[in-house]
Amino acid sequence: MAHLNVDAVSKEFGTFNAVNNVSLDVRDGEFLAVLGPSGCGKTTLLRLIAGFEEVTRGRIAIGDRTMSSPTAHLPPEHRRIGIVFQSYALWPHMTVSENVGYSLKVAGAPSDERHKRVLDALAMVGLADFGGRRPAMLSGGERQRVALARCLVAAPSLILLDEPLANLDVHLRASMEDEFTDFHRRTGTTMFYITHDQSEAMALADRIAVMDHGRVVQVATPLELYREPATEMVAGFIGQGMVVPAEIRTSEAEGRCHARIFGHDTAVRCRPGQKVTATGAVCVHPRELSVVPAGVSGIPGRVRRVVYRGGYLRAEVVPDAASDVSLNVEIVDPEALRPGIEVGITLNDGWAIPASGT
Amino acid sequence: MSGQTAIDPATRFLDRIGARRWTVSEAWVLVGLFGFVLCLSLAPLGRLLSEALMPGGNFELTRLVRLYGEGLVWRATINTLQIAAGATVIAVILGAAMASVIAVTDVRGKAAIVFCFILPLMIPPQVSALAWLQALGPSSTLLGMVDLAPPPGSPHPLFSMWGIIALLGMHNAPLVFLATRASMRAVPADLVDAARSNGAGPFTTMHTVILPLASAGLISGGAIAFVSAAGNFGIQAMLGIPARIPTLITLIFQRLSDYGPSVLADAAALALGLAVIAICGLGLQSWLIRRRDLRVTGTGAQFLEFRLGRWRTPTAVVCWVGIAVVLFIPLGALLTAALVRAYGLPLSWETLTFRHFANALFNHTAIRRAFLTSLSLASMTAVILMLVAIPLGYFLTWRKSLAIRLLSLSAELSYALPGAVIAIAAILFFLKPLPFIGVSLYGTIWIILAAYLANRLLLALRPTVSGFLQIDRALDEAARVAGAGFVRSLKDVLLPMVAPCAAAGAILVFLTALAEIQ
Repeated sequence: MAHLNVDAVSKEFGTFNAVNNVSLDVRDGEFLAVLGPSGCGKTTLLRLIAGFEEVTRGRIAIGDRTMSSPTAHLPPEHRRIGIVFQSYALWPHMTVSENVGYSLKVAGAPSDERHKRVLDALAMVGLADFGGRRPAMLSGGERQRVALARCLVAAPSLILLDEPLANLDVHLRASMEDEFTDFHRRTGTTMFYITHDQSEAMALADRIAVMDHGRVVQVATPLELYREPATEMVAGFIGQGMVVPAEIRTSEAEGRCHARIFGHDTAVRCRPGQKVTATGAVCVHPRELSVVPAGVSGIPGRVRRVVYRGGYLRAEVVPDAASDVSLNVEIVDPEALRPGIEVGITLNDGWAIPASGT
Repeated sequence: MSGQTAIDPATRFLDRIGARRWTVSEAWVLVGLFGFVLCLSLAPLGRLLSEALMPGGNFELTRLVRLYGEGLVWRATINTLQIAAGATVIAVILGAAMASVIAVTDVRGKAAIVFCFILPLMIPPQVSALAWLQALGPSSTLLGMVDLAPPPGSPHPLFSMWGIIALLGMHNAPLVFLATRASMRAVPADLVDAARSNGAGPFTTMHTVILPLASAGLISGGAIAFVSAAGNFGIQAMLGIPARIPTLITLIFQRLSDYGPSVLADAAALALGLAVIAICGLGLQSWLIRRRDLRVTGTGAQFLEFRLGRWRTPTAVVCWVGIAVVLFIPLGALLTAALVRAYGLPLSWETLTFRHFANALFNHTAIRRAFLTSLSLASMTAVILMLVAIPLGYFLTWRKSLAIRLLSLSAELSYALPGAVIAIAAILFFLKPLPFIGVSLYGTIWIILAAYLANRLLLALRPTVSGFLQIDRALDEAARVAGAGFVRSLKDVLLPMVAPCAAAGAILVFLTALAEIQ
């Protein structure tokens, strides 16, 4: 079965720790996205799983079979995985059919069977009539689909996707996202998807692994990641979250605790067993803040900037208590909010970040 | 960081030399490449070194000291240095000027200018020396036609230090030209645009942005010209021996034609001196290049063209006058000499004859056979090197490791050393009968092939590597993932894409091998 297990894997280039003690478990048929800023080691992780790089420590297994360990390394051509490359990597000197059928040809499949399976794979991505064309004659989206068909044809147990939408324009990206979801549902293949775009990861994945500086920081469902980030890095990285210093004044009770933020008392959600601390942090998102008239309640502050974002206003409010912090608020009504006026900010929701980062 | 287990030294060592990354088929190909380079280039050079430093098996410097203490050898060393340095200056001036005009202006007839300017590369140096002797000598048919020939009996102006320097400079100018032009083309277009939008005119842009960024090409072209001038036998022998100007390379050949027990050891010691001069030149080059940061990103300004405006025609005229001096005068002289009935007669309709050509081509079987031998040697060299360059280029581009770098270094060394040094090394190494076969290659054409293969590997390798650099590595990885092994992916995916570049390298090998006088 195509259950991918990455166990305490590290990869060093010289003294640089590109991947540092990463463990991941991808269930059979699961769609896992690896999300992280550039240089976080996510592409190295993909190359380790594909077998293009060798692990320094740890073990990678697909099903029961060890693929990589410091003492054993199965070359990529024997791993039976599919990869969709960022650049698509279609061979320019072969036609679409030849590209798609290459793995069958290498495996020595008879030509009539090859022909049939190529047609099936092309039909699956909606390119049944494109077999005779050259990659250079295709649009970006078509190339992407040929790359997907090439991956499909060998019926791999695991498909790795390396930022496959990074080279497409915004509109095409949205429609390809839908295609990936459909494709995943139809084939039930295990997918391992690398991206730096969180909306893409949120839209596609069953679970998301957030990476930073070569480590996996959190593995969770998209909703959990947004609502309950494990560290300040995840909180700031996902959904334009803001991390504000907070004093946690009560320990957890029924999933909530009391926090004092810039002198304002409020209840926030928290992890079971959350302790009292003077140096805690709370994660809030722009939609979880509201603006109230100054002096009534909430955190007193001053509007620094207002930007119309199409459909809503984004206001940056600097709390009086901390001039180096900026709280971003989204307001649906274009009400009279001008730079310079004084307002109050209240929290409708918030999450006490578990104190693991410190 | 706690909890990190140390990996064992063996794994660390394998990691460092990159051995763990190779599959079985890759490993075999690598072993083959190593065998190739070891037998043809490293081992002969090692043999040369041992013959020069420890003739008879024991390390002794006395011979070396005695040899270089001879007035003649010492003078030859100084002469070689002077000639190489002087010729390099001329080659750099000519080559850089031509490269600037060709790479960044809209001068008319670029293709023709480039072709004629680099043509001398294909002409054996002996031939061009002969041609120049014809052109400027007292019996010059060409000068005789315009009544400018020096009076009979006067010394030939080219039989001098300056004659050698000037001729070698002109002969090597295309080397500097090619390297500089390639560098200039690689300067990213947006850096040039940025300079222009900051108010720099074409000339300012040229000397503040393009030339400094292209200096790597200029320097490495100069280094090639230096090494090539130091080891150029044709011109130094044709002009230097009659003029009694000894140089290292002519001494080597004079010693080789002697008899005696110490001939080979002496030749090896002299070749070592030549090799040291060449290596010093290359060392200077890498020192000069390392001192500057010339890394650029972005696409090259392939089609950069500053408008010359009303200078367009004058520039073209200057280019063609230069080419006329460098190419047409000597070739014309050679042609007129070949076409007149008897040496020294003026060329006219009465004296015109094709007899000499017919004679050479049809009556002398030796000449015809020599021509066929050259042709087959050159094509064999080209084909073999292309086959070696493709896998080697793959490893150099994508699988760099200590071992691979060593291979590339020895290819570079064999190319940089003068052909004479390689030849002596090959003679020394292949003189003894080969093991297993019991046949000596010495005195057969195979020794020439061996020397060619060692000497020209880099010529085939460079374009191939630049071809690989243009290929997205993911194309190979996609083939691997599709189940193709190393050899299969190389054959199905990489070969078709890198073929044009590899063929360009092979053609370069073929042409230069053909121009060589065996």
